[in-house]
Amino acid sequence: MAREYIFGLDSFGDIATDEAGKLMSDAASIRLVIEEAKLADKLGVDVIALGEHHRSEYSISAPDTVLAGIATVTKNIKLSSAVTVLSSDDPVRVYQRFATVDALSKGRAQIILGRGSFTESFPLFGYDLRDYEVLFEEKLDLFNEVRKERPVTWSGTKRAPLEAADIYPKTEKGSIDTFVGIGGSPQSVVRTAAYDMAPIFAIIGGSPDRFAPYVELYRRSVKQFGNPEYPIGMHSPGYIAETDEEAVKKSFPLFKKALDRVGESRGWRPMTRSHFMSEVENGSMYVGSPETVAQKIAKAMQSIDASRFDLVYGFGPVAASDRLKMVELYGSKVIPRVKELLAESA
Amino acid sequence: MNLERPTIGILGAGKVGVVLGQLARRAGYAVMMASSRPARDIALTVETLVPGAEAKDAAELARQADIVILALPLSSYKNIPKKQLAGKLVIDAMNYWWEVDGERDDFIPANQPSSLAVQEYLADSQVVKAFNHMGYHDLHDESREAGEPGRKAIAIAGDEENDVAKVAELVDELGFDPLAIGSLERGALLEAGQPAFGASLDKAALAKIISG
Repeated sequence: MAREYIFGLDSFGDIATDEAGKLMSDAASIRLVIEEAKLADKLGVDVIALGEHHRSEYSISAPDTVLAGIATVTKNIKLSSAVTVLSSDDPVRVYQRFATVDALSKGRAQIILGRGSFTESFPLFGYDLRDYEVLFEEKLDLFNEVRKERPVTWSGTKRAPLEAADIYPKTEKGSIDTFVGIGGSPQSVVRTAAYDMAPIFAIIGGSPDRFAPYVELYRRSVKQFGNPEYPIGMHSPGYIAETDEEAVKKSFPLFKKALDRVGESRGWRPMTRSHFMSEVENGSMYVGSPETVAQKIAKAMQSIDASRFDLVYGFGPVAASDRLKMVELYGSKVIPRVKELLAESA
Repeated sequence: MNLERPTIGILGAGKVGVVLGQLARRAGYAVMMASSRPARDIALTVETLVPGAEAKDAAELARQADIVILALPLSSYKNIPKKQLAGKLVIDAMNYWWEVDGERDDFIPANQPSSLAVQEYLADSQVVKAFNHMGYHDLHDESREAGEPGRKAIAIAGDEENDVAKVAELVDELGFDPLAIGSLERGALLEAGQPAFGASLDKAALAKIISG
């Protein structure tokens, strides 16, 4: 049987720019994501996945609320977080919110759990960064109980215990597909396998094939734990335009602006054009015409034997019209072409 | 096995530890890996990601390896098996990273270069700082044979010439041009927030940003 491939679009709800080149408001940026999700749904994109951030350059801090909005105006597209920052959230409440999205969308909700790549949520919600590790471990453990949709008895050190607590609403199919976003920590890979969740590798720099051994680690861990093996997913940033030249020319300053801003707070050096181009050519930025991007995606998926690819689109202050164009090119040209390429070499 | 070559022990089986283990295996070294957990907890990880390396308990690794690379979160440096490392060359590949380590002054006095704190704790070992400024995926992708064009450099900071020379040899074998930048105290130049942090550059370019 031919393998089923899944293609997603991921957004952090970056603040986009309008026709005059001005930054849009947070609210308008959120509404833009709804428009993009509608278009993606129409074009047959499989998943829209929204990140949670608490920074001025991103509009989405409550992905599940935006997904609820999308749920009521779309038909088939799956609705996911990417990621839900579980360490600074309450697992019970997370499950309730996604079970609600699942109801509104007739079973289309998904959850990608993770630590996220930022830590603003810790002070914001009153968590101590000193507990970074233990918070994630305990909350993942509790979440894993909650998602069974049976009364939960659980205790840990960072949250009040639960005694036979039943949690509502229940979903129609009895569970929500749960993934873990993995950034390359071996321990996360093993933990994902242990909890019987599906892996999505966030590959945001360097050659994707260096993740092949991690995929192998996931598969061997699953066997060791006696759990079923799930298809491998990956997520990487990109920019699609009609031609390679246009894509590179437009995206470099946008990526640079967005990444340098993050870098400033982390002590990274500003991104150079040669670093950017090496990521475009050999690394993990999927920038170019639909053909170029499709070739690169197909190659990357094959290199780690992935069945799912999520493109982080609209990274940085991208013009709203260019973002919509990107969604259109991804759905109408890139995805069919990747499927063709994967079928040819199967 | 080449008996002349030191056995490399890597303390830390996370992103950096795994990449360094892979590079050392590829260069033909005998490699041991350990983490804060018992050896059996990381056995599958080591076997899969660093084929040919041996998973060990931390104390056992510290006792048995000739050169030990520290690739743990900096905040846990006081859990490093100190006694077993006495008299050994220890490479500090760690840096303070707040998302993993929490508040820096919880474990290292303000303004003290982190490697000096590590040396203070490991008073009977010789600490050299190396493999700190380059991101782990650049470490993975950029390793090249000596003399290949575009080879990248790794900065080394240490007090004893002899130790720095040994680390330089290892850096070279792992696929990078060694760049000695002076005393261990100067290792502060390789910490997050400094111009060299994150640098994946050739030797001349790296020397230039470090000398400011």
